[in-house]
Amino acid sequence: MKLWIAFWNILHKDMRTYYLKPPNISWGLIFPLAWTGMFFIKSGSALGSIQTLLPGVVAISILFGTTSMLAVTVTFEKKNRSFERLLLAPIPLEVLMLAKTGGAILFGVANAFVPVVMAVFLIDLSQVAWGAFIPAVFLIAVASTFLGLFIAVAVSEVFEAQTFSNFFRFPMIFLCGLFFPVEKLPVFLKPISYALPLTYGADVLHGAVHGGHAMPFSLDLALLSAFCVGLFVVSLHNIRRRWIV
Amino acid sequence: MIDTIAVAGLRKCFAEVEAVSEISFSVRQGELFGFLGPNGAGKTTTINMLTGLARPDSGTICIGGIDCTGKPRAAQYLVGVVPDESNLYPELTGFDNLCFCAALHGLRKAERQARARELIDIFDLTKAAHRKFGGYSRGMKRRLTIAAGIIHKPEILFLDEPTTGIDVASARQLRHLIADLHRAGTTIFLTTHYIEEAERLCDRIAFIVSGRIVRIDTVDNLVQPMQVKNVVQLTCENALTDIEARLSESFPDLKFNDIGKGLIRVEGDAPIRVGPLVRFLEDQGGEVSEARRMRPSLEDVFVRITGIEADAMRKEKEKAGGGQ
Repeated sequence: MKLWIAFWNILHKDMRTYYLKPPNISWGLIFPLAWTGMFFIKSGSALGSIQTLLPGVVAISILFGTTSMLAVTVTFEKKNRSFERLLLAPIPLEVLMLAKTGGAILFGVANAFVPVVMAVFLIDLSQVAWGAFIPAVFLIAVASTFLGLFIAVAVSEVFEAQTFSNFFRFPMIFLCGLFFPVEKLPVFLKPISYALPLTYGADVLHGAVHGGHAMPFSLDLALLSAFCVGLFVVSLHNIRRRWIV
Repeated sequence: MIDTIAVAGLRKCFAEVEAVSEISFSVRQGELFGFLGPNGAGKTTTINMLTGLARPDSGTICIGGIDCTGKPRAAQYLVGVVPDESNLYPELTGFDNLCFCAALHGLRKAERQARARELIDIFDLTKAAHRKFGGYSRGMKRRLTIAAGIIHKPEILFLDEPTTGIDVASARQLRHLIADLHRAGTTIFLTTHYIEEAERLCDRIAFIVSGRIVRIDTVDNLVQPMQVKNVVQLTCENALTDIEARLSESFPDLKFNDIGKGLIRVEGDAPIRVGPLVRFLEDQGGEVSEARRMRPSLEDVFVRITGIEADAMRKEKEKAGGGQ
């Protein structure tokens, strides 16, 4: 019960304090919407293209939203030393970091539904397999958040976190099958695609929205889950090594 | 008495620099233990190791009977920490900061709000309770940071330079609060570079220089060896002519020095009996208003043991962290 009180209050404080910070607004909301607009215009503004664009837009909304949030909640707090207060609390590090990342995961999930809500007014989404779509959104949010955590722990300044995040985020837009199918990538790029968690999340989203997926949902979701666990474990290890020196 | 903190052979290096060099000490239950040293002596590194923010390279730490060696965060539920710089959340109000810190220790909502209100009153922050912490003055920030450190009523409190960089009135108020906590039975580990603060507050003091503890003892025991001579200073309200010669004639075993402005300094090899001196001066027409036994200060001891001038240490710290 005591752990739950600490967990919820950390999560609640982060949501209350950081959701409307400028980096989250610009990278988490404006940037994905700008990308959506760009692809929509490029497709000749045809409403039919929205269905094929939607999975990619959802995925980058989550990716940019969560990674931006972590740069603020973790790197910023580490920089101004308020993170020390959390490290001094009698909470297992695993619980502490789940609480710190929980706000970003929820932010990512909320971001994912911004383009979905917009699409509801433009196209018919009754054929979407929500049973696959929602778990995929959740797992993409978790994996992206833990990727953000991995980056946030590796740097010491917020601007470094944003820059370092872009090193991962921009290639992922092109390599993970968000807007261009992985099968059509050059052979030498395919291994990189399959080494990135978003590839599996995007595959589920494409399958759920318009039926075009390369792998079974269960395999995609299992691999995505494995990435989540792996990134979290590595991040915890790095926190112990770098911050409890 | 039970040792609440027991440290043996603690060592910590950063790259080539040995920040803390195999120090050993213990702090008894309910004791106010001072850790005194100049900048870079290893005070904060030691606190970080004791509170789980740093991992020692070697040595053992036992806090509240829990062996924290290899498990640096094992005893965190027993301790409260007030770091050398305020580390609360600038975008939260003072009240919300306290409630949040209480929640980190698992206090329920009603309990943490009541405790936050109580501490806000004690620390004289009622008017600023619902203002953002980022807008507080230095003194207010320090007070709220100390309140946050004790919000969960810890058995052991680590105070890292609590009065550095704040005004005299706030520092004085903080010392009273620290003394109150000590009286209430909290074990306090206090690092400071203000020697007079340590002398006034602490039961025992450790001098740390360049990562090594050079001396640990009570203030009395530290000062005792310096007290080669017994010194008394008498204050007369009226000036007496040729009083030094008259006193020397009547008390040949004592040495007198008329400092001026009615102050007479008396030195003797044996303890000085003040009564006969006062009676003599009154017989000579003097109005004695005060007789004070003089003793060496902790500052004299610190300078003798470490070779570091206390004033230089204070100025160096104030340059780094703002003046008191």
